[in-house]
Order: sequence, then structure tokens, then C-alpha cells
Amino acid sequence: TELLKVLNHSISKSVLTTYTRDVSLVQTGEGVRSLSLAGHVGFDSLPDQLVNKSICQGFCFNILCIGETGIGKSTLMDTLFNTNFENFESSHFEPQVKLRAQTYDLQESNVRLRLTVVNTVGFGDQMNKQESYQPVVDYIDRQFESYLQEELKIKRSLHNYHDSRVHACLYFISPSGHSLKSLDLVTMKKLDSKVNIIPVIAKADTISKSELHKFKIKIMSELVSNGVQIYQFPLDDETVAKVNTTMNGHLPFAVVGSTEEVAVGNKMVKARQYPWGVVQVENENHCDFVKLREMLICVNMEDLREQTHTRHYELYRRCKLEELGFKDTDSECKPVSLQQTYEAKRQEFLVELQKREDEMRQMFVQRVKEKEAELKDAERELQGRFEQLKRLHAEEKAALEEKKRLLDEDQSSFGKRKAAAQLLQAQSLTANGKKDKDRKK
Amino acid sequence: MSEATKPQPQAKGEKTPISDTSYVGIDAILEQMRRKAMKQGFEFNVMVVGQSGLGKSTLMNTLFKSKVSRKSVQPNVEERIPKTVEIKSVSHDVEEKGVRMKLTVIDTPGFGDQINNENCWQPIMKFINDQYETYLQEEININRKKRIPDTRVHCCIYFIPPTGHCLRPLDVEFMRHLSKVVNIVPVIAKADTLTLEERDSFKKTIREELRANGIDVYPQKEFDEDAEDRMINDKIREMIPFAVVGSDQEYQVNGKRILGRKTKWGTIEVENIAHCEFAYLRDLLIRTHMQNIKDITCSIHYETYRVRRLNESNILFTSNPPDHPAPATPQPNGVAAHRSSVE
Repeated sequence: TELLKVLNHSISKSVLTTYTRDVSLVQTGEGVRSLSLAGHVGFDSLPDQLVNKSICQGFCFNILCIGETGIGKSTLMDTLFNTNFENFESSHFEPQVKLRAQTYDLQESNVRLRLTVVNTVGFGDQMNKQESYQPVVDYIDRQFESYLQEELKIKRSLHNYHDSRVHACLYFISPSGHSLKSLDLVTMKKLDSKVNIIPVIAKADTISKSELHKFKIKIMSELVSNGVQIYQFPLDDETVAKVNTTMNGHLPFAVVGSTEEVAVGNKMVKARQYPWGVVQVENENHCDFVKLREMLICVNMEDLREQTHTRHYELYRRCKLEELGFKDTDSECKPVSLQQTYEAKRQEFLVELQKREDEMRQMFVQRVKEKEAELKDAERELQGRFEQLKRLHAEEKAALEEKKRLLDEDQSSFGKRKAAAQLLQAQSLTANGKKDKDRKK
Repeated sequence: MSEATKPQPQAKGEKTPISDTSYVGIDAILEQMRRKAMKQGFEFNVMVVGQSGLGKSTLMNTLFKSKVSRKSVQPNVEERIPKTVEIKSVSHDVEEKGVRMKLTVIDTPGFGDQINNENCWQPIMKFINDQYETYLQEEININRKKRIPDTRVHCCIYFIPPTGHCLRPLDVEFMRHLSKVVNIVPVIAKADTLTLEERDSFKKTIREELRANGIDVYPQKEFDEDAEDRMINDKIREMIPFAVVGSDQEYQVNGKRILGRKTKWGTIEVENIAHCEFAYLRDLLIRTHMQNIKDITCSIHYETYRVRRLNESNILFTSNPPDHPAPATPQPNGVAAHRSSVE
């Protein structure tokens, strides 16, 4: 859907009709024939102009190193590029394979290179390695995806774009001396259509010469029999065809990496010092490091970049666009424009969206109605209770009034009787008094 | 990001062994690029625009030292002036010191030759846009070619007749419209009819008129990449339009055979910068700025066209605004507040 948003501004083949061809386009039917020049014109400086431009822009190269923890990926990178890339040792207890990408700016004479080294962290450490290849595939796809997004933008800046697509994948094979591990085969099979794979045998100083020879043959035959397509050094350019053919025969390169220097004779060379001898990294009799450097950097760096762009990226792009339903020709083999397909899809999508919106609105209305009914019920109940209470209250009040009246009556009758009694008493008193008076006389 | 440079060799006084200058080989990529470019070859498409008789074909032949343009298709000069502007495109494969180039010269007979020349620039504009369109169509294909054939017009040489006064309305119209879609290199044709003073004042007038009309010819000021570029290009901008003379005939001058035009009052040497500015034009177009011209076409003019087309078709095909607002999710709690809003 993100891609759809980007494709929201794509173009139409049929809008071509606005350019009414009233110009008589006369193509002289000469085809393209060769012409010889009578003198020095000067366009032989074109390659120089091109190279100068590239020098100003700088170059980009991205290497992915896949291999088990501790197999020597970082050391080899340090040795290859003659720098200390400040890597730290990874732990063996990563729960999942992760990828760590680091970018460096290198310069040699007037060439500026932006090198990105991507390392797999925790590869081969898990108990269950079934999903080990997935983060790697995802990373590679992500880089293709972001390039594709940039390419499809309306306002794009491709020449300024920092190309992060993986140009070369160094697959580090454990120097067991026997054969490839199944993890190796599975991973390489998943990656061979996405990236240029260059297999290398790591820590090659643990294998003897004869074992190494057998090991290489075994590895190559296993790769072939499993249909894994590794990167072949290109043979189409005569200047490098010969050296590339030779090198193709030396794959996979048995490498040794070291950034430490040991004195050999009167020179300091990169080497690993053992009690039984010194393994010199740049000695072609000792290991294939020089061959790797030669092939990876000095001879084929540009071809690796080109293959990534014209083969792997195009494949990704094609698959991705086809996945989204875009085609160049429809079922009747008439050219279908990206726009038409996209428009159809967009309509579909909008209709779907509208439908969902309607559904949601309906649901909303329904919910509202339900709630309203609920509330009305509650209100009615409340009202009922209020009435009831009111009635009770009125009854109570009436009862109390009644009681009050009775009490009042009682009170008044009592008052009357009291008055009567008092009168009687007063009368009897005076009567008694009179009687007494009479007796006295 | 760490900055790494080649480690310097230890130059100490003590007897410590000298370390090898460790060489990685990154700069070998330049050689690889050069090899790839030589193998692939180059493409260059140049268009010539101007009234008939201004020496366009001759100049092309002089520039590329071969018969890239055939002056008249009919040898028995039945000078037919086309009724409308025609676009004639001829391609040749040329090679020099191992560098192969497919050179396409696009001629525009009929331009400015009619009585009514209104809109005669339109067919040319359409042709240029058609090339962009073709390239764009190929680029957005699902299955696209490895190398998309580049037929886009890289450079358009506009021939100004040597009146010595100022630009004509036709010139201004053409350059105004086309400088926005293609790199225009204006030249004063048949400059051997102007004296040096006339030439300088003519050039000055032209430059002022270009500025006054907002016409940006190659090299455009806004595309200068850095100070160095700007310096070089400023010098060029002070010299345009180049006053050129073309010839494909050789004459003997001072014991050398050189290209020139022989007249009763002297021989004009085409490649002599004291006589005319052909050499400057050739250097600009071919020897120093060809790649830059192609780059500007590719990354600026083409991209501008692409942006315009994508936006255009977007407006054409969608009546709804591109961003469809997502419907608000109803909250059961806030029903009381929403009750009024729902109808």
C-alpha cells in the first residue's frame, strides 16, 4: 500500500494522443552506418569526462558478510581495506540473526569510496537455524525496496541517492575440510538470485594444501549439484577475460585475514605468527587473499555494481510490480499502461474503502440507536421509580397528616376535659369552702 | 564513519624494517569505469535549428569532420522548402581512439522559412518531448531493457543570422520556449560577414536580450555545481554566442592544410581562434562539456518533463483528491457527543 501511494502519481500511455502528430516526421532510412572521421574531433575525451564526473561524485560500494560468529569476517574486512573498522566481538548468544551495517568513507589517491560493510550477527549460533537466512533476505530486499521507492517518486534525485543495495556478498565457509553445511546451502540458495555471492573459505590456514584442493572441488560440485548460482567473474571484456577465467577456477578463495604485522626478512608484512611458522596474508602461496582483493576490488568492483543494478534489482523490481498486479500487456497481449492497471486497482481500492466506510457508519448508527434505546429504558425506569417514591412519600405524608389530626383532636378533647375537670375542681373547692364556712358557724 | 588514508611508509632513522605501502586498489575502479564506458560506447544527439542557408549542415560536418549531414538530398538542386517544419534525424557510428559513439544529428528544415512563422517552434518542441516520452515509457515498463536507448535531444544548436543588430522575434520566441526543455547553444552563423567590433557588439546585444527575456542558455547558471565549475562556466558565458564559420574544404595555408573558406580577400581559417570561434564551440560541445550536457539533459530536463507528466496525468485521471481521508472510528463512549454529528 505504501508503494501504491507512491504510484499514486504514475503516467499514462494513452495520454500520448495529446501530442497530435501534425509534424511530418521524416526518418531518413539510413539506419546507423559507420562514418570515418577526417581528423581529430576530440570526443575521445568522453571517458575522461565521465571518469572526472564520477570522481567528483564519489563511489559507493556495499559488501555483505555472512558467516558464523568468530569466523573472521571483521578481520578480513579490516585486512582487505587496510583499516581498522572498530568492530567488537559479538556474543554467541543472540536469539536471532541480526544484521549490522556500518558505513565508512575511504579515500585512495583521488578516489573517494563510501563503503558499507554489513555483518551478520549471531549467524549459526541458534539451536534452530531454520529461519537464519530470513533476516538476510529481508535486509537485501529492504535496500531494493527503498531504491525502487526513490525511482518511482515524482520528484526524485537518483544521482544523489546513497545506493545501499548490496553489491557483493562474501559467504564465509567454515574450514571443516569436508563439505558445505546444510545451513550454507540453504542460505546461498535463497540468496543467489538476489545478490552476487562470492564464497570464501575462512581461516584457511587450518587446512593443508592437499586438503584444500579437495575441499574446493567438493564445495564447487555441491554448489553446482544444488543449483546455487554464485557470481562468475565476467568474461566479456578481453582485457580482463583471461585473468577472470583463471580466477573463476580458484573459487572459492581460501583466505586468511590479519591486521597484525610480522617481520619477514627485512619487510613488515601482514601475517599470523604461529610457533611452527608465519602465515603471510599477501603471499599467494599461503592463501588466496590477494586473489580476492584483486577480483573484488581491483578488477570487478564496477561489474559487481552493474550486475546488482541490471540483474538483481531489475528482477526484484519486476517481481514486486507484478506482485502488485501490474503488467505490461493484458490477456489479449495489448499493451496495458501502468496507469490503467493502477487506476483499476485504485478504483477497486477506493470502492473497498467506501464499502468499509459505509459498513462502519452503519455499525456506528446502529450502536447509537442501541445505546439510545438503552438510555431510554433506563430513563423510563428511573421515572417509574421516581413516581413510586413520590407516591410513597405522598402516602406517608397523608398518614402523618392523619396522625397529626388525630393527635390534634386528642389534644383538644384532652384540653376540653382538662378544662372541664378544672372547672369541676374549682366548683367543688368553692362548694367545699362554703360547706366548711357553714360548719364553722 | 572513520576517515582512512593510505598509511605513510615509516621513514625512521633506526633500522626498523620498512612496511610496504599497503595498497588496497580502490582507485582501480576508475580504470574499470573507463573500460566499461569504452565497451558500451556513447550516444550523443544534437539538433540544429535555424533558417535554411545559415550553414547548419556545413557546421555539423566541420564539427565532426565527416559528412554527418547531407546538405541536399536531391543533388539536382530542386531547393524544396518544406511546407511545415520537418524533423530529420540521421545517426552515425563514429569511432576515435577506441571510443565509439553513436552520433545523431537532427535537422529541422523548414524552420523560419515560411511567410508565417508563428508557432514554428512547436513541432520541434513536440519532437523533443516525444523523445522524453519514449524514454519515460521504456523506463516505467515492468520488463525493461538493460540499457534504455537514449534518443533524447542533448543539445540544440540555434543559428542566429549575422544581422549585426539584435535578436529577431522568431529567435526570442524559439529560445524562450525551448530553453526550458533542452540545452540551447546559440551560435552566430556565417560570422565571416562581421568585423570583430561588429561581432563583439552584436554578441553583447544578444547577451543582454537573452537576459532581458529570461532565457537561460547552456551553460545555465543555476546548474553550476561548485565554485570551480562556476569559474569555468562564467568564462564561457562571457563568450556566448559563439561566432562560427563552417567549412569542409581544406586549403593550403602556411604550408599546412587547414579547413577554411577561401575568398578573394583572404582565407578564413575555421580553427583559428583569431578568425572565428569555432574552436571554442568544438571544445565546449565535444572536448570538455559533452558529458555535462548529457547529464543536464538526463537529470534535469528529463526529470522536469517526468514530474510534469506524472502530475498532469494524475489530475487528468483522478477526480477525487489523491489523499482519501480515512473514516473516523466511532467510539462507543463518546456516543452522546457524536449523536448530533451523525445526521
